[in-house]
Amino acid sequence: MKNIFEMLSEDIRFIEGLNACINCGTCTAICPAAGFYDYNPKTIMNIVQSRDEEQLIELLKADSIWYCGECLSCKTRCPRNNTPGYVIQALRALSTELGYFVESEKGRQQLALKRMIGDDILKYGYCVHTDEINTEMFPEQGPVWNWLKKNIASLSEKFGTNYNKKGAGGMRIISDSSLQDLKKIFDETGATERFEKIERFSKQKASEMNLKSGEGKQNEYFKFIYDGNQKEK
Amino acid sequence: MTNIKKSNLWLSYQKEIADDHYYFARSCIRQNFFPAAEEILLKILKDELHKDVYDDPLQTTCTGIAYHSGIVPMETTMTVVARQFALMNEAGYENFICSCVTSFGIYTEILETWKHFPETLEKTKTALKNATGKEFIPPKNLVHTSDIIFKYRKEIAQKATYKLVNASTGEPLKIVEHIGCHYAKIFPSKGIGGAEYPYVLGGMIDEWGGERLDYPERRHCCGFGFRQYLIKANRGYSVANTKKKFESMKDYKPDLIIANCPGCTFFMDRWQYVIAEMDGITYDDAGYGIPVLTFEELAALVLGYDPWDSGLQVHQVSVDSLLKKMNIKYNPEDKFIGKNGKDLGRPESPGVLKVF
Repeated sequence: MKNIFEMLSEDIRFIEGLNACINCGTCTAICPAAGFYDYNPKTIMNIVQSRDEEQLIELLKADSIWYCGECLSCKTRCPRNNTPGYVIQALRALSTELGYFVESEKGRQQLALKRMIGDDILKYGYCVHTDEINTEMFPEQGPVWNWLKKNIASLSEKFGTNYNKKGAGGMRIISDSSLQDLKKIFDETGATERFEKIERFSKQKASEMNLKSGEGKQNEYFKFIYDGNQKEK
Repeated sequence: MTNIKKSNLWLSYQKEIADDHYYFARSCIRQNFFPAAEEILLKILKDELHKDVYDDPLQTTCTGIAYHSGIVPMETTMTVVARQFALMNEAGYENFICSCVTSFGIYTEILETWKHFPETLEKTKTALKNATGKEFIPPKNLVHTSDIIFKYRKEIAQKATYKLVNASTGEPLKIVEHIGCHYAKIFPSKGIGGAEYPYVLGGMIDEWGGERLDYPERRHCCGFGFRQYLIKANRGYSVANTKKKFESMKDYKPDLIIANCPGCTFFMDRWQYVIAEMDGITYDDAGYGIPVLTFEELAALVLGYDPWDSGLQVHQVSVDSLLKKMNIKYNPEDKFIGKNGKDLGRPESPGVLKVF
């Protein structure tokens, strides 16, 4: 069986992202995540290039690989052409593949992302869709969003968009044939399999944690991972 | 040693921007959060600049937000992007323009990956063929829609009704320009002015009469962070990073913020509302906040389009202070009127942030 470093080395993002890191800390200095979380991309790079199997497994189960915001400011600034953000992408993919993501609070959130963004793509053809966004889940949308949603049909006409109608234009209904193409691409390229893994590992974890899980967003486990910051309590 | 003015450093980063015949890829966030913005862009391109633009009903998301949230593999995003290129080929176009900065980063990264790892291109071709029966040729030219407005900024200036000037003082408006991270931080050579001195929005400000503001956190991320915003538990990351920018820019007293990324526009607008409600802080003297516009919305104002037909009432920070400074002729009564004069009522007022 391949070890963790060998598996990571099969990911193009890893190949592109990790040259010899000199641990200068430029990435950490520029990193928006490092300014907010107890997070240090330099440390991640150091662990990865150590090739220490035990530490790598620990990393795949840790919160730290989920703190990056993928702004990729690190790509611009690294003096040795490393991209810690790409290495993070490879670590996250492997953590999901091996089911280690459910071992950390931040990793467990992947289920919520799958059920929001992933399911919206296959349902609507968009990553985000007005009909799925409300001020309960997204309070920062503010009162203007409630007003927009309430009056979307009239405003859509005023603005010249094509909200929930067939044909071209903004906010249009994406045709069944295009949605079928997306589904077939997801089946062909591993996204469907990844979705199934996220669901399966999450269901097991919910059971271990004695939390009720179910489909969609209205269940105890979804709310727990979407709303909660257990470590800060 | 050559003495190059810092403000002109952008000149060393140029890119090819096709003149005409564009295949237009829409943005999930821009369509849903600022629904009029892309319609304004098409109006400007078609009616003002007389360009041929194809708005394809068959296109879909590029999956960029899902990709950067780690829920779909790179191979999936590559193949969805390949499908968009196949649609462009089928429509008879070679120049691909996209409205979303995340998408622009995705398209650019995938084209570069195919160049450096040719086996991934072959694999993508096979995957697309197996899944959809389609074949594709990558675009001849790929740019962000803000690049097109930058290219034609002088033509827009010639047609302008208003300048970015405070009408009562005659002084240029002080404008913060925020460039989405994935416009040039991933591949600096693909952005006008590169990553350090991007000029894509600065060029519009200069040409239309405003003054660009420099401030310490000018190039800091808006704080989107994909999963850091999308999950409620992580959202402190997002507002904290946006607040860092506001705290850094406030002493320069900006009249306006503009962005080329729809996500950045959204966060800089909405987090002002949240910061006002949570901390009682607003970043202007009068308590209304700093208006935040997309680049198309700014072009629309300069061209004299009606602000309410341009969707400026769906921003949480009121834009009225800006309209007044520019002495734009508009009817405040039309702000909350729908199609055919229907009274839509008013949005509820926030507790702290003042609104017009």
